[in-house]
Amino acid sequence: MNGVHDMGGMHGLGPVEPEPNEPVFHHDWERKAFALTMAAGFLGKWNIDMGRYAREVMPGPEYLTTSYYEHWLYGLELLLVEKGLVTSEEIRTKRPTAPAPEGLRVLRPDDVPRRLRAVRAARMEDDVPAKFKAGDGVVARNINPTGHTRLPRYARGKRGVIDRDHGVFIYPDAHAAGLGKQPQHCYSVRFTARELWGADALARDVIYIDCFEPYLTPA
Amino acid sequence: MTHDHDHDHVDAGPPLSDLQLRVRALESLLVDKGLVDPAALDSLIDTYETKVGPRNGARVVARAWVDPAYKQRLLENASEAIAELGYIGRQGEDMVVLENTPKVHNMVVCTLCSCYPWPVLGLPPVWYKAAPFRSRAVIDPRGVLDEFGVAVPADVEVRVWDSTAELRYLVLPERPAGTEGFSEEQLAELVTRDSMIGVGKIKAPGRKTPR
Repeated sequence: MNGVHDMGGMHGLGPVEPEPNEPVFHHDWERKAFALTMAAGFLGKWNIDMGRYAREVMPGPEYLTTSYYEHWLYGLELLLVEKGLVTSEEIRTKRPTAPAPEGLRVLRPDDVPRRLRAVRAARMEDDVPAKFKAGDGVVARNINPTGHTRLPRYARGKRGVIDRDHGVFIYPDAHAAGLGKQPQHCYSVRFTARELWGADALARDVIYIDCFEPYLTPA
Repeated sequence: MTHDHDHDHVDAGPPLSDLQLRVRALESLLVDKGLVDPAALDSLIDTYETKVGPRNGARVVARAWVDPAYKQRLLENASEAIAELGYIGRQGEDMVVLENTPKVHNMVVCTLCSCYPWPVLGLPPVWYKAAPFRSRAVIDPRGVLDEFGVAVPADVEVRVWDSTAELRYLVLPERPAGTEGFSEEQLAELVTRDSMIGVGKIKAPGRKTPR
């Protein structure tokens, strides 16, 4: 979706403000928002792409005026309700009224190290033929889906060159919509700063964007 | 600006207790319904607050500086080479290491959310997740680098890596001059988090930073 989360190339969003000796969390509620999101995610009722999309649908003005873990909280509450784990009534009243669905595997402390150290996530072993190889010229499609996509707006319609083929991965656009994994090759595509931003950009500078094969057409 | 006042700074979160109350209510609801185990929450928090952080990445960098064969493996198959040091798992399953050279400066961003290599750098800092960095890193990388105090000469190619898929990027900074004879541990001490995101230069040792 063309949401405010897709920020690459925007102006006017303020200065970058590094904080010396920044703590991992600034408030206790951030710790909890982080851990609740992770623990609820391990229930397996949604995937990471659905998780990202649930934050993206936060209304733009709200997204821009709230902090990172508020985005997480928004996405978490949305998914908990959407997947039937809690009702919006329960969130509003802060009281449980209905039992949770049965058969869920709740994350226990002993499981935490193993679950966090899993080495498989989005990479797939499927034998999918690759349409492109390193050195091929490509054009990023001009698509404007209302669902989840990982093709940023600033790359759409732009010409680049395949830098490398990362292999086969879950296709997030489909996965976020509950349409299965639909494994696709994911490529690192090299775009010149001039192609993306015009003649004022430095000729030497480049931007690499990881693009799933359906995002690309031959140049 | 100072950070004494949280309300000055949207991404540090407002100081209001409504968020604290809202999260506490959600936590007790999920615990009451048996959906989360409070001890598992503590374990998750402890992992990322005390166990996983940028010192991991610093050890990877220092190893690459002292061991050319390791560096070769790191550049060819980063996930496996990093796993040799025991750093694996969530948000670092598929790693790519980017080598800075006298002619190439790499810098990492995630314009769409805040993808970041957790096993080697921990959870991302606020500025990395916030709109100013996410919006400007791709259109004005040299301006952003300048604000971080990193001047990149015009004859050096700036490469910005937008983490739009599940690959996670770690910058291998250049080893500073004057570190001949340093042990791997001493070298790791020099490596900063920002240098591994590509927004910091590593200071040569033994010199006072001019103020």
